[in-house]
Amino acid sequence: MYLTHILFISLALFFLGVYGFLTRRNLITMLMAVELMLNSVNLNFIAFNKYVWPGRLDGVFFTIFIIAIAAAEAAVAIAIIINLYRSFKSIDVEDADTLRY
Amino acid sequence: MKAQEIVFYSLAALTIGSGLLAVTTRMIFRAAIFLLFSLIGIAGIYFWLEYEFIAAVQIIIYVGGIVVLIIFSIFLTQQAGTKLPPALEARKIFSGLACLAGFMLSWLLVKEHSFAASTVPPADTGVSSIGTMMLDVHKDGMALPFEVVSILLLAAMIGCIVIAMKTKT
Repeated sequence: MYLTHILFISLALFFLGVYGFLTRRNLITMLMAVELMLNSVNLNFIAFNKYVWPGRLDGVFFTIFIIAIAAAEAAVAIAIIINLYRSFKSIDVEDADTLRY
Repeated sequence: MKAQEIVFYSLAALTIGSGLLAVTTRMIFRAAIFLLFSLIGIAGIYFWLEYEFIAAVQIIIYVGGIVVLIIFSIFLTQQAGTKLPPALEARKIFSGLACLAGFMLSWLLVKEHSFAASTVPPADTGVSSIGTMMLDVHKDGMALPFEVVSILLLAAMIGCIVIAMKTKT
């Protein structure tokens, strides 16, 4: 059955996203890792809709709304990153330490 | 092996391989391009599953919108061609172990569970039925979440402008 194979892909993508989020220290690459995780969730919704619940379209709608929210999130995150670059001249998370002490 | 399986496994290899390279390469611009290929692979899987509308949305929004936005912000904030500093070895090892453990646990759960194959006739996934359901206000309609998402997009747009606006000094 293809469902478990698709779940394998989405699991692999999700944990690749987690790995990237934990190891990267650059804000843009961390944002890319978050996008990978969101995509794996979308793939899960579509696969379950196709193979387990094909009579309805709920997974499709969830995916559409998640994509819309991901677009909004990416836009806000990049606005914050560019603003951060203006104040610190760097987008490394270690450099933005004003609130740390 | 049938042609269908070959297409599926090559799309899976494209998605996972370029996803792996996107989180491990040290050139940030290459990471963005590998992310692009990973997203295209996922769009291909949507096409393979015969959800053409979702595949088109994926290509338009992710490939055409978000990745282009990410590349723009790389050009604004980074000198092209410089390498990222390497991650600490301990951090790499421990996050790799944590991800591997989580992956194995979830994969065991997925493998143990036998998903019941559905016998329901598949619903129409064309654009017209999705559009009709999205603006429907009756029992299964999605009009309320649609409006909530439109308000969220408006709020995000105003928020982006306010955050990125230069304050007059």
